Order: sequence, then C-alpha cells, then structure tokens
Amino acid sequence: MKVELWGTRGSVAVAGQDTVAYGGDTSCVQVTGPAGEIIILDAGSGIRPVSGAVGAATRIDILLTHLHMDHIQGLGFFTPLFDPTVETHIWGPASTTQGLHERLGRYLSPPLFPVRLRDLPNTVIHDVNPGTFHVGSVTVTADFVSHPGTTLGYRLEAGSASLGYLPDHEPALGSISFPDLPDWTSGNRIMVGVDLLIHDAQYTNAEYADRVGWGHSTFAHALTLAGRAGVGTLVTFHHDPAHSDDFLDEIGRELAAEDHPFALTPGRVGQVFEL
Amino acid sequence: MAQQPIELILLKQWATHIATPVWIMDVEGNLVFYNEPAEGLLGRRFDEAGELHADELADLFVTSDLEGAPVESKELPVVVALTERHPAHGELRIQTLDTGEWRQIEVTAIPIEGQGARHLGAFAVFWESAAT
Repeated sequence: MKVELWGTRGSVAVAGQDTVAYGGDTSCVQVTGPAGEIIILDAGSGIRPVSGAVGAATRIDILLTHLHMDHIQGLGFFTPLFDPTVETHIWGPASTTQGLHERLGRYLSPPLFPVRLRDLPNTVIHDVNPGTFHVGSVTVTADFVSHPGTTLGYRLEAGSASLGYLPDHEPALGSISFPDLPDWTSGNRIMVGVDLLIHDAQYTNAEYADRVGWGHSTFAHALTLAGRAGVGTLVTFHHDPAHSDDFLDEIGRELAAEDHPFALTPGRVGQVFEL
Repeated sequence: MAQQPIELILLKQWATHIATPVWIMDVEGNLVFYNEPAEGLLGRRFDEAGELHADELADLFVTSDLEGAPVESKELPVVVALTERHPAHGELRIQTLDTGEWRQIEVTAIPIEGQGARHLGAFAVFWESAAT
C-alpha cells in the first residue's frame, strides 16, 4: 500500500507562511492499494488537490471517519464526484437516527452548498458500522471510537501491510488510569500491531487541560498508545490550527530526543509512506 | 485484537465517576465491570473479583426475594434486561461477599443497544433500600 498525506491540519484549514511545511489543509489521506485501488480517508480541504492525482481511476472509495466539517468540507471540491464515468463510493457512519446519505445531504445542499448530493452522477453511499468490508484487495475494519458524535476509526490491510487511521480520537476521556487495559481502550482494534498509525495529536498536555472532552489527544497520549499497540511508525496528525511549523518542529525535536519503540514522524503534507 | 465496544468503554468510564453502584454485563452475560460504590455493597473489590463468566455469577452472588426465597438468575433485572432487551426493575436481597450480611437493594437495569442493531449487553444501577 502507498499512503500519501494531503491534509494534516485539524479543526479548520489555515493558510499562510507559518503552516507551509506541515500543511494547512484539513484531514485527507490517499491510500493506493496493491491492485491500484484508490481509497481516500476523509474529505477535508486536503481532498481538493487529490482530484488531479487520481489519474484515470474509474472507481474511488472515500472513507469518512465522521461528519465534522473539517472532515467533509472538501467533498464538494473533489471533481471526480461530478464525473459520470467515475464510480465513487462514500463510506461513513450513520447516526442513531439518520443514515449517512441524509446526514451528508445536510451539507451538500443549499444553503450550505449549491449542488445537492442526490445530483452527483455516479455516487453510492454506504452506512458503516463496526465490522469489516473490502475495497478490492484491501480489507477495511471499522470501529466506533471515542470522539463527540458518531465517529469511526479505520484499519486497512492488504497482504502483510497495515494502516491504522484515527485522526480524531480521545481515548483518555474519562479514564482514571490512562492507558487502560487494551481491551478497554478505544481504538485498540484499529491500531494494534499496524505498520503505520496515523493518530490524533492535536494538543500539548497544557492545552489538553482546558480541552478535555473536545475529542482529541495529546502528543503524549498518541505516543503512549502507539508504544503499547506495537506499531511500526507513528504519524502525529490533526495538528492544531494554532500550531505553527516552528512550534511543531520544536515539539518534534523534543519527542525525537526520547526513546520510542517505533519510528515517529509528525504528519507533513506531501509525505508518502510505502507499506 | 480483542476490545470492548466503545459503548461499554464509555459506560465503564462514566461509572467510575459516579457515586451510584453500577454493574455492567457484556452481551454474553459476563460481568465485565462494577464500580467502587458497588464494591461497597457487594463486599468485594472488582480488581480482586475480576471479570466473571455468566455461569459463575449465580454461585458467587446469592440473592433472595424480600421474603427470603431464592431468586432464579433469569428473574434478576439485569438478566431480564440482557436477555429480553427491555428495562427491568426489582427489589431483592443480596448477601455480601465479605461479611455474609444480607442487604436489601433496588435494581434498575437497562439493555445496551448500539447503533446498527448491535445488542451489546446490559447495565444495572442499584442502591440499598433498607438495612435488614
């Protein structure tokens, strides 16, 4: 599998010279499977340039973790959705009362957007519950995780390669002894033993103290989870919009100075991983 | 890759923060958690008891109705909530594990239904109604 980061920012897109290196676009990761499958994880603003990177693909699968705006705001700017020769499949969580189609339609319709979801020419919508499905040769495991509103994490496996994707995740919420035992830890099924884990690390410890319950992890949480899950590489992700390149460089240097049983890299736009 | 569903994880975390005794069973009928207030009532710390399989529970926790007649497992509110998938309430007596003392409790049990028609277990909230 090839994994490419197109949007690494959390919460809201940010532009400017301070966010050039790590990127200002919100969550979007492109996965290319062994048989050429095109799987896109989340449709934040980072999905817009992916439009020109999918070549002559005739099928594209978009896996949404949840429907907060920073994860869907790019959908309407992903041009393959308007091409009738491209079969697009959008996968994501229903709520307890509404299916994904109805939920997404609240964004892809006036007054929030000029084009209606139902007017897309060749799009299939799939409700996802915890379990496993396949996109070509890629096995996708989904599970609900700790984040406000119904939110999924995804684990992608092809052959011996594996990727865990938990961009918005607060497993420490309510825990009195974090990290809890693995079977009592949100996201464990998604992350355990993966080659590459892309995980929420939005806050510093000091920032988290004022943001408990907002649905995100600290760098320390992400590192603790990655170590216990036995991952190969941890990519810290969903950078806070207030964190500049300089700030993330500094955090990165501090974390790199510590010993970790995995490779560690802060997520940067344009970064590519071959699994 | 064993892991409890997020609904049970969050329920357990909630239960650790409240002062009302709470008891959580998974879909197989295993007792997977009870909180500190419940420990006081049951007479054993959860960390000592650990998770208990369904078939061990009836032997460990002895219950009776208010007249002293044994209560069948299937009649316990939490078992009703688990197996019949509707809320249940009852009043009964339970023998504590540490002193053997009988305590009279009220129990309200609720099935845990996840979205996507996933039956995940049941939880019970209980409180001591009178000393006996």
